[in-house]
Amino acid sequence: MAARYDRAITVFSPDGHLFQVEYAQEAVKKGSTAVGIRGKDIVVLGVEKKSVAKLQEERTVRKICALDEHVCMAFAGLTADARIVINRARVECQSHRLTVEDPVTVEYITRYIATLKQRYTQSNGRRPFGISALIVGFDYDGTPRLYQTDPSGTYHAWKSNAIGRSAKTVREFLEKNYTEEAIATDNDAIKLAIKALLEVVQSGGKNIELAVIRRSQPLKILESKEIETLVAEIEKEKEEEAEKKKQKKAT
Amino acid sequence: PSTFMNTLSKNDGKLKLQFNHGTTTLAFKFQHGVIVAVDSRCTAGKYIDTQYFKKVIEINPYLLGTMSGSAADCVYWERVLAQHCRIYKLRNKEEITVSAASKLLSNMLAGYRGMGLSIGSMICGWDKKGPGLYYVDENGTRLSGNMFSTGSGHSYAYGVMDSGHRYDLTVPEAYDLAQRAIYHATHRDAYSGGTVNMYHVKQDGWIKVSQEDVGELYQKYLFKRK
Repeated sequence: MAARYDRAITVFSPDGHLFQVEYAQEAVKKGSTAVGIRGKDIVVLGVEKKSVAKLQEERTVRKICALDEHVCMAFAGLTADARIVINRARVECQSHRLTVEDPVTVEYITRYIATLKQRYTQSNGRRPFGISALIVGFDYDGTPRLYQTDPSGTYHAWKSNAIGRSAKTVREFLEKNYTEEAIATDNDAIKLAIKALLEVVQSGGKNIELAVIRRSQPLKILESKEIETLVAEIEKEKEEEAEKKKQKKAT
Repeated sequence: PSTFMNTLSKNDGKLKLQFNHGTTTLAFKFQHGVIVAVDSRCTAGKYIDTQYFKKVIEINPYLLGTMSGSAADCVYWERVLAQHCRIYKLRNKEEITVSAASKLLSNMLAGYRGMGLSIGSMICGWDKKGPGLYYVDENGTRLSGNMFSTGSGHSYAYGVMDSGHRYDLTVPEAYDLAQRAIYHATHRDAYSGGTVNMYHVKQDGWIKVSQEDVGELYQKYLFKRK
């Protein structure tokens, strides 16, 4: 039954599914993990960097992209599709600045991207975009925001979320560990993102790429040295925790 | 009668009656917001169509638009602007800013540049950036400023406004200044008259201050002096 209904993508299956959209969501699940965290004065995006071949230059493929000075996004899924979406979003950000004389709100640009994705689930001859996006930033009034979109064109606001390969594991970790005190300072929020990624990434800090936006400051991509320092701090904290527990058990 | 009507219309009878806003409108910013004052006479050539025309469109409780130029063009395009502002509010869950609203109008008009539209409008309001006042016209001009006057009587109004305007006017002083400026314009400009409609845009929205007949204002300002 399924085979007949995924040809022309504009068609519903008898039990109400849009199979092409669901297949697109499968493509997203194959992409490398991305995590987003909304702090009080900072928003953090972290992605799992895929290991590059020996001869490949490292920094040509970036999974975290700025859409405007105060908004950026990370994606999971088909990189080529993402490039198109990012381009359209960037143009829309500037177009909005021109016609409305204000920078976009994070919600507005998320809605634009989601509408774009939805249009491709309802047109002839086109397939949906195979990406989910995490869009973070600060609004004009200083509120931090994090939104997630998926190939069907829906979007939701989140306090923290993960997409991609091991999204479920990461999300469970975040549900346990995202508390008001865990994100109390900027540094804590960054560490939480790294901790979340370390759960699922092989070989530690080298395969993590991190970006932060602080209120009224442009996007900053952390250097590998900074990430290594933070990873070392986290390891130390873990050891200290383990020591405390041992001592408790002993007494 | 038909000879009379012919004098009032262009294009030898193809366009029947050209209604114009021989007009005076003004608006200025001061410490307590924006004052907007307009006359209400609508003319077709030398014939007065009505003395009680509404030249301020209430776009939403925070935004006002004034009209001068061609009556039809103004009324139509400002209503289209109001429609866009309403849609913006529904989509974005917050009121449109004065700069965005004026930009929408000026972009709409720029598309029809050279096709004979005649609109001189001031978009006034109070949004998250504070009090806002923009002048928009049919050439696509869009200017932000502290004081504007448009219409056939604008020069008379500027004279009175310029001599009396300070940023730190009190509210009653500002009302008096605006009313006086429109009154003097209606006194000298044949195409302005009727009543003076005055609005005050405050932080929590606009209020209609007064609607006074120009004849009574004559008693108040000029006659008493004599």
